[in-house]
Amino acid sequence: MATEVMEVGDYMRDPRKHHFSPYMDNGGTTVAIAGDDFVMVASDLRLSRGFNIFSREQSKIFGLTPKTMLASTGCWADVLTLNKVLQARLTMYSHEHHDVMSTTAVAQLLSTMLYWRRFFPYYVSNILVGLDEEGKGVVYHYDPVGHMEKLTYSAAGASVSQIQPLLDNQIDALNMKNVTPPKMTKELAHQLIHDAFISAAERDINTGDGVIIHTITKEGTSEEKIKLRRD
Amino acid sequence: MPDFSEIFSLQSILNYNGGCVVAMRGKNCVAIACDLRFGVQAQTISTDFERVFEVGPHLYIGLPGLATDTQTVFQRLQFRIKMYEMREGRRVKPRTLMAMVQNLLYERRFGPYFVEPVIAGLHPTTKEPYICALDLIGCECEPEDFVVSGTCSESLYGMCETTWREDMEPDDLFECISQSLVNAFDRDALSGWGAVVHVIEQDKVTTRYLKCRQD
Repeated sequence: MATEVMEVGDYMRDPRKHHFSPYMDNGGTTVAIAGDDFVMVASDLRLSRGFNIFSREQSKIFGLTPKTMLASTGCWADVLTLNKVLQARLTMYSHEHHDVMSTTAVAQLLSTMLYWRRFFPYYVSNILVGLDEEGKGVVYHYDPVGHMEKLTYSAAGASVSQIQPLLDNQIDALNMKNVTPPKMTKELAHQLIHDAFISAAERDINTGDGVIIHTITKEGTSEEKIKLRRD
Repeated sequence: MPDFSEIFSLQSILNYNGGCVVAMRGKNCVAIACDLRFGVQAQTISTDFERVFEVGPHLYIGLPGLATDTQTVFQRLQFRIKMYEMREGRRVKPRTLMAMVQNLLYERRFGPYFVEPVIAGLHPTTKEPYICALDLIGCECEPEDFVVSGTCSESLYGMCETTWREDMEPDDLFECISQSLVNAFDRDALSGWGAVVHVIEQDKVTTRYLKCRQD
């Protein structure tokens, strides 16, 4: 046997190939809902890859300015890098202008930063939330290459397909006859986020362990953690 | 780098024509619903393609998946049901139908029909509600609450998981299954374009065609 293998010359074999993929999917789900004078943003706390759980308490929400927050999911390495670069740009801005950047300006900056990586994108789904110049809650949703949409509510990440239709139905009152969309309050937003994450955790292995909910108002920010199923 | 050629090409033959089915259990009743789109990948061919069929008294089967297999499996199943009913001299019961579908699908274990059936019905004597979903080679799943199948199954799971409640009356069940289906397929490009809902009760079956967005 051994001699048979030896007889096959090296040149007969295929070249040794090394495969490298620069991206991975670390799961995670984010939801944001805006009201007239507040905005609520939530993420689950699970960080995973495939069937492995890396962390049960990793929030995916980053505070950018006192009135702006960013929720990012996708490739965790890209999430961290994007956030680091964005924080640096915000610091540079505040040094130059002696003022913090407005939410609308951060929203445009993020879109531009993502598009700069058009041909080697950050593999990240972003939701940017904050209060605009009038103090109204706003939600911006991004695709990985910087397409931006201003919305009043949005979901992103692993469980987007479970959560988004629910929000369409409950917030915009789509497909319901003689029903006017409800006025968004903190209580309603909290209830919807809670229900949405419970359902998502029930059916999606990439979502679970817990939810962290941040609320931004003109008085400041607050946060709350809720437990989810851990299996 | 994600492989974009795979995203735009035919990912799975199960998603080639699009379409979805959902069934729910209520209090002494069941409901089964489907969309009406028949397409070839992103192109819509027709919008009156029903994929839920009546196969017995208080007994319905939904066959989402490859449209040609939807029709073939339904025809072959109907043949077997008729043979059963002639031989046995009685109508087929929900669990018997499930076993028949399992047989039919597992016979093609290594060259399967690309359908993932959903069965909903009431037991002819006990009137016990029955729902069940099978995969394309006939592995069954008989949960207590609801079953989903088709191209927007993830959205359907999200909707059903939040809207379903135990012991719903027929009217509530209709509202629940309709809202779940329509809002789920509105976020799916491969299904939608109208919907049919069958609510099966002990003494009657109500079939309703839903008006919904056409895009």
